[in-house]
Amino acid sequence: MATMRAFAHLLDRLSLTSSRNAKLTLIKDFLGETPDPERGWVLAALTGALSFNAAKPAFIRKAVESRMDPQLFAWSYDYVGDLAETVALVWPEKPGANREPDLSEVVESLRTASRSEVQRLIEGWLDALDADGRWALLKLMTGGLRVGVSARLAKQACADFGQVEIGQVEEVWHAMTPPYGDLFAWLEGRSEQPSPDAPGRFRPVMLAQAIDEAADFAKLDPADYAAEWKWDGIRVQAVSERGQKRLYTRTGDDISATFPDVVEALTFEGAIDGELLVMRDGAVASFGDLQQRLNRKTVDGKQLQAFPAGIRAYDLLLDGETDLRGLPFGERRKRLEAFVAQIPKAGAAGPRIDLSPIQPFQTWEELAALRAQPPEGDPAIAEGLMLKRWDSVYEPGRPKGPWFKWKRDPRLIDAVLMYAQRGHGKRSSFYSDYTFGVWREDDLGQRMLTPVGKAYFGFTDEELKQIDKFVRDHTIERFGPVRSVRADLEFGLVFEVAFEGLQRSTRHKSGVAMRFPRINRIRWDKPSREADALSTLERMLD
Amino acid sequence: MKPQDLICPKPDGLYCPPGDFYIDPVRPVDRAVITHGHADHARAGHGVVAATPETLAIMAERYGEDFAGRRQAVAYGQTFTHNGVEVGLVPAGHVLGSAQAVIRWKGMTIVVSGDYKRRRDPTCPAFEPVPCDVFVTEATFGLPVFRHPDDKGEVAALLKSVEQFPERSHIVGAYALGKAQRVIRLLREAGWDKTVHVHGAMDRLNRLYGRHGVDLGLLAPATTGTKKDFEGAIIVAPPSALADRWSRRFPDPVDCFASGWMRVRARARQRGVELPLIISDHADWDELTATLDELRPGEVWITHGREEALERWCELQGIPARALRLVGYDEEEGE
Repeated sequence: MATMRAFAHLLDRLSLTSSRNAKLTLIKDFLGETPDPERGWVLAALTGALSFNAAKPAFIRKAVESRMDPQLFAWSYDYVGDLAETVALVWPEKPGANREPDLSEVVESLRTASRSEVQRLIEGWLDALDADGRWALLKLMTGGLRVGVSARLAKQACADFGQVEIGQVEEVWHAMTPPYGDLFAWLEGRSEQPSPDAPGRFRPVMLAQAIDEAADFAKLDPADYAAEWKWDGIRVQAVSERGQKRLYTRTGDDISATFPDVVEALTFEGAIDGELLVMRDGAVASFGDLQQRLNRKTVDGKQLQAFPAGIRAYDLLLDGETDLRGLPFGERRKRLEAFVAQIPKAGAAGPRIDLSPIQPFQTWEELAALRAQPPEGDPAIAEGLMLKRWDSVYEPGRPKGPWFKWKRDPRLIDAVLMYAQRGHGKRSSFYSDYTFGVWREDDLGQRMLTPVGKAYFGFTDEELKQIDKFVRDHTIERFGPVRSVRADLEFGLVFEVAFEGLQRSTRHKSGVAMRFPRINRIRWDKPSREADALSTLERMLD
Repeated sequence: MKPQDLICPKPDGLYCPPGDFYIDPVRPVDRAVITHGHADHARAGHGVVAATPETLAIMAERYGEDFAGRRQAVAYGQTFTHNGVEVGLVPAGHVLGSAQAVIRWKGMTIVVSGDYKRRRDPTCPAFEPVPCDVFVTEATFGLPVFRHPDDKGEVAALLKSVEQFPERSHIVGAYALGKAQRVIRLLREAGWDKTVHVHGAMDRLNRLYGRHGVDLGLLAPATTGTKKDFEGAIIVAPPSALADRWSRRFPDPVDCFASGWMRVRARARQRGVELPLIISDHADWDELTATLDELRPGEVWITHGREEALERWCELQGIPARALRLVGYDEEEGE
């Protein structure tokens, strides 16, 4: 009955909690307390599996302005800043006007209502619900919950709820449809695990551990391992099965709609594990190019042409109707080579799907030299190397031993702390998010700091305390949760910042954007004037 | 006679010329009527202070026994006359001892309501509407977005979170006078009978509330004990303590903030609050407008807060209204 309010409360808690564990607890408890089909609709909303196309924000605004003084509404909207939230708060209540709808009634009606019915329905519901219920309704309608929950996290919460492995949930996920009655029946032990046999489904991915150079190499025999380059794109699974063609991220998110060019090229029967990359004439482009294509719901022709995407294949999971996951890597590799060779080429622009080559080597020393100094061409912008045991079966999750990743050493730069922001959760009493800058000359030749990035990890708890004290002791100005810290030629705290890559960016004032920056070392000893200059950073551009 | 002959805004606060006294002056004056004990309304250093016995006790606790030259205790419902002006105090429902000042002279009645709310508060008597020619109101939450939910639901959310996260502590930021005691009382009413840990800054006010018959149950300081001792605990502290190093002694605290401002999500996010509790000691938009609708005074004067929206509402309702734009009343920390 009160599920709209409970849903609103869940969304609020999720969006204000940064802790992954807390989010898992919140979702898991909600699934336990909420009956079918409501919990299923909520799970669908959280995983982005619900969308309604009939409701537009403009209509909501018009509806509210016909119910209250437009001036009062304008002031309210100014103050709150978010249309859905403002409307939810100010909507004049009509107590007893209507029966409060529950969540399944809302979802089922929105899914089936015609465009002309939808507005009347929504207005009726807004009259009947309270402010929290109205907010949940508006969030549901307009989509994009933005509560910091990935589909993967929601699936993990399902796994926790049913006390099963997440791989098991992922295995059946794509055979399920909202509101997931079968899934919950299984998770509650009321039925067997549903059959995962849906054509085009996702298969849980096998991941690698980071290698510990000091400890691991002494124990490993180079003859047992294959080496290949770790390409700098995103890991994907491309499935084409009985007419169903899908592209998944490694967490099982379906990104087919974003990459129609790649999906079109899946002219085979099977499932490939590989890296999604922007490729031009068979050569790999930088991650920055791929980023132009990521996180879009749709894609236009211009982008398809400017940033053509493809897959560099690592592994073969399904060959025709044969599941290869139980075979050793060496066997799968042979099948993969034959498989990729048979895929028709896309034309003059080169193949959409090619093979990630095996990098031959004899000794770990030889491989270390290759990693430090990769050969010209694609490997020069690889993220590092992968090591896979020739006899490893394809095992979901991150098993210890069969696969290792050996990333390139990060790039380093010395930067000066400029702003600090209070953290969240455990860190809410600490200034733990740091914006740092490097030197550049302004028009008058004065050396000024320009912000180049933000980092919030890489330090120990003890170091966090020390930095926090430094921030509090040397604050110049405060802006809400942010403090500006003294940083000039005479004084400042220098961080050695590690990062993976650097790209041109028009969104950043400095013109560069770092990938994966973190604090590598705190240079209490280093005078701020000796920190690096923007020109040094520019020379590191990918 | 114009209402301004009886009460008019001056730089030091609302002044009554025939009575020669101020109401809630922001600077020391010879004679003052104080509506309630919050620091922005009740300041030290006046000559004579007329207020409810509870408010006088709060002032003595905060500023010391010599906070004023002389105290004049006026219980709820009682009146006194000064220079021919009758002054009465009636409950405002804001915090312990809070009162509206009812000023009568030559057949005219002006009610200076101070800060008030209309919903039930277990720590003080409810607001009493008094028919009047001029109603002087606050407008802290004078925007239609401020609609406080039932406080029982908010406390239930807190208790549910304590149950969901037994390994964490919950720190509730609450203003030390009024809000803190109300939150503790609401917790008791909801069945929480375990010790509530309190910040040292609230200790004396908690005891004062106890002496005035508000049973807060088992309280303990939040300073003794190891981290482990605070797992599953509820701690009540002034809002500023949430971000302070003080809070580091507690295990993975869930920051809660009991305030009407928490109605707006961006406010909660900005403060890093993980569990906002929309509990306010001020009237929300519906309470403000319902009060004006009920009283239908000849005129409404708005002292502080979001005057323009309430003024606009009065205009739409055909009630003459004006904003006094008094300065010195703190909107943020008092809530």
